[in-house]
Amino acid sequence: MLELDDVTVTFPGATAVDRVGLRVEEGSVLAVLGPSGCGKSTLLRSVAGLEPISSGSIRWRGRDLAGVPTHERGFALMFQDGQLFAQASVADNIGYPLRLRGQGRRQRAGRVAELLELVGLGGYADRRPATLSGGEQQRVALARSLAADPALLLLDEPLSSLDRSLRDRLAGDLREILTTTGTTALLVTHDHDEAFTVADRMAVMLDGRIAQEGDAVEVWRQPVSREVASFVGYDTILEPTSTERRSWLPPASPAGAGGGPGADPASSVVALRRSALRVDPEGELRGVVRRVVTVSDALHLEVDVEGVGRMPALAADRGPEVGDDVRLTVDPRGVAHLPE
Amino acid sequence: MRRAPGLALGLAALVPLAFLAVFFVLPVSGMLARGLWPDGRLDLSGVPEVLGRARTLRVLTFTLVSSLAGTVVTLLLGLPVAFVLYRLRFPSRGVLRAVVVMPFVLPTVVVGVMFRSLLAPGGPLGGLGLDGTWVPILLAFVFFNLAVVVRTVGGLWEGLDRRAEESAATLGASPWTVWRTVTLPALAPGIISAATLVFLFCSTAFGVVLTLGGLRYGTVETEIYLLTVQFLDLQGAAVLSLLQLLAVVAMLALAARTRTRREQTLRRVGALAAARRPRRGDIPALAATALAVAFVLLPVGTLVVRSLRVGPGWGLEHYRALTDPDATAALRVSVTEAMANSLRTAVDATVLGMLLGLIVAVVVSRRPRSPRWARTVSVLDGAFMLPLGISAVTVGFGFLITLDRPPLDLRTSPVLVPIAQAMVALPLVVRTLAPVLRSVDPRQREAAATLGAGPWRAAWTAEAPVLARPVLAATGFAFAVSLGEFGATSFLARPDRPTVPVVIYQLISRPGADHLGMALAASVLLALVTVVVMGVVERLRVGSVGAF
Repeated sequence: MLELDDVTVTFPGATAVDRVGLRVEEGSVLAVLGPSGCGKSTLLRSVAGLEPISSGSIRWRGRDLAGVPTHERGFALMFQDGQLFAQASVADNIGYPLRLRGQGRRQRAGRVAELLELVGLGGYADRRPATLSGGEQQRVALARSLAADPALLLLDEPLSSLDRSLRDRLAGDLREILTTTGTTALLVTHDHDEAFTVADRMAVMLDGRIAQEGDAVEVWRQPVSREVASFVGYDTILEPTSTERRSWLPPASPAGAGGGPGADPASSVVALRRSALRVDPEGELRGVVRRVVTVSDALHLEVDVEGVGRMPALAADRGPEVGDDVRLTVDPRGVAHLPE
Repeated sequence: MRRAPGLALGLAALVPLAFLAVFFVLPVSGMLARGLWPDGRLDLSGVPEVLGRARTLRVLTFTLVSSLAGTVVTLLLGLPVAFVLYRLRFPSRGVLRAVVVMPFVLPTVVVGVMFRSLLAPGGPLGGLGLDGTWVPILLAFVFFNLAVVVRTVGGLWEGLDRRAEESAATLGASPWTVWRTVTLPALAPGIISAATLVFLFCSTAFGVVLTLGGLRYGTVETEIYLLTVQFLDLQGAAVLSLLQLLAVVAMLALAARTRTRREQTLRRVGALAAARRPRRGDIPALAATALAVAFVLLPVGTLVVRSLRVGPGWGLEHYRALTDPDATAALRVSVTEAMANSLRTAVDATVLGMLLGLIVAVVVSRRPRSPRWARTVSVLDGAFMLPLGISAVTVGFGFLITLDRPPLDLRTSPVLVPIAQAMVALPLVVRTLAPVLRSVDPRQREAAATLGAGPWRAAWTAEAPVLARPVLAATGFAFAVSLGEFGATSFLARPDRPTVPVVIYQLISRPGADHLGMALAASVLLALVTVVVMGVVERLRVGSVGAF
């Protein structure tokens, strides 16, 4: 198990990582999710031993890693842009950690071929990194990291530099590869979907601190604060003091979940995703459409909801226009009660 | 954890530092001490007297004015040439680049001989009556330093993203406005850096001024030489050396500041920078380039032609005389033997300079986390640039007066010459290698480390592949510089083991057409060897050679 306690990293004039505590169970994948500049990459680098920590401790299987140099930690780090060695072939890149361990050429070739198959690049052994697409380069970087047979795989925004469709596909592949190889991994990313697809557990990092940690679905459904809620995609926050009628809101989840015991929809802070309100002729809320933005597979609306005010809402692709009266239904999966 | 490699690196840095201390700081301070601490007591009473001399004033004025003029003219000629050779695409561009860069590595003495033979009465431009005026010195400055401007600015220009200029044009800027508001500011760091270096090279030029200035025109550098060697006025020499030292440190600091800015700029340069074909509007720049090429080739051509002139006719007599040890009473050995000395010394100097230069380049390319160490590294970076600008005469003479006692009694040792030449070549080696090392993403080393490579192995993996060609290029560069070094060598070479530049100077100091003819032939030989070496370097196509 990887254990981080009170890990703090300071740069001249700034604290990048502020008393962070985290656990990664062996065989599991933890995603640290946070906006750019929140200190998540620095945290990852300190685990790799590339960034000295000012205080706190990092332990692996109970052993304190202070003073253990990067190359003796056995943690492979996969960089956002791969950092392949440009002068070496794909096979030499992947075989690099094997060569460091003194494996012979034939032994290496066998393992490299296996890894290439694993990442779906069979037959690429003799290519140069520069001739590969971004996605292929990241696959090679992943194979190279796996070749080191790391006790812990560190992934620094592994898919962020790729375009969206490729990212979605690779995220699924990454999850599958990590599961089949039983690799323990710590992933940092700013992309919710990437974190969701790849990780079992999620920690939201904001401004150098861990704001919430838990099961990925739990963090998604039950953010513990406004900041976490707005970062994981809840774009509207309703304050308890506001005068809107709230009978339309679903009741808070049962005790134990984020809402806390006895939370009352009328008196708690409520966070809503856009998907919380959908246009539906059977819906119980009424409103006037003020703005329509077409996206690829839906319409994003802004609706003046009677008794509530302007709210974002979602409609199917052929839908209302500005000025139309619409009815809206509430989807409880898009609503979270914050414990405040 | 990262202390171990850091410590090793620190220890490695001690080797060149010790070298710098013993073979640069010690001689220079010894020289200064002779002048300013004559009896073990600081005696500055001479300073106002030395500075107040009419002769000193004249020398200082001439140094400043000629260096300034040399810098301005070199820039004016160099900018269009840089544009044409790095921004346009046309056949034989590579050859022209090599031609323009060649003078920089030509031995200073050879350059002096060239311009003398060009402008002497009877030379191709003898009719202009410029012989014995200050004009040849200015021309030699431009000839010598054109390469610095063209390579420094051209290298930057080549990498400049054309889209910035294009977007300015689409916003309605005329070509002149685009140049003034977009191109010039982008090139400014390179131009300032080049101008600083050209000024530095002009104001410390020795061989060229000594051969062309005669008795009428002297710079601080030649004045130090005269005061030391002829008038034995060590106090005056020390005061001038000190003055020069301060000026050089100030200039190097300025150059270092623009350099760091430029290295940042270069990292941001986009990919779209393909050179285009010449257009009608490029005619003035092309004309300037043609002029520059003619300006470079004319003295070289004259040198070759006149070396074949024997009396009223033509022949190879001067070349034959090079192998004859008894060709003239002016020399104790044959020129070919001097050439053998030169080559041997240059090999030693190159090996030494490369070893030290590699260590220094690795150390100064690291970016330590703590601000204190980062400052230390940048001070080191500057310290190893010092030999570039300090009077070679001061160093050479300093060697003689400080390294003459045990434990460092090296005065009669043949190792002094290669050591002095290595000190001169060191800054150029560092300036060639350090930018390449700095351009390697530090995360490459980190990636290797997380895969299990120790610090040395990680550095080797990330940096050795990109360093191979620059190392070869720097080797050639160091070799050429060592071959041509004159200032320090003229002090240190033993009379029975002179190098070719020393022999050439001895020959032209003697009257007689035969002496001059032999000097010309020896110059051709030395220039040929140097150009061949640099031609190999140019073939390696390493952009940063000579880019400071």
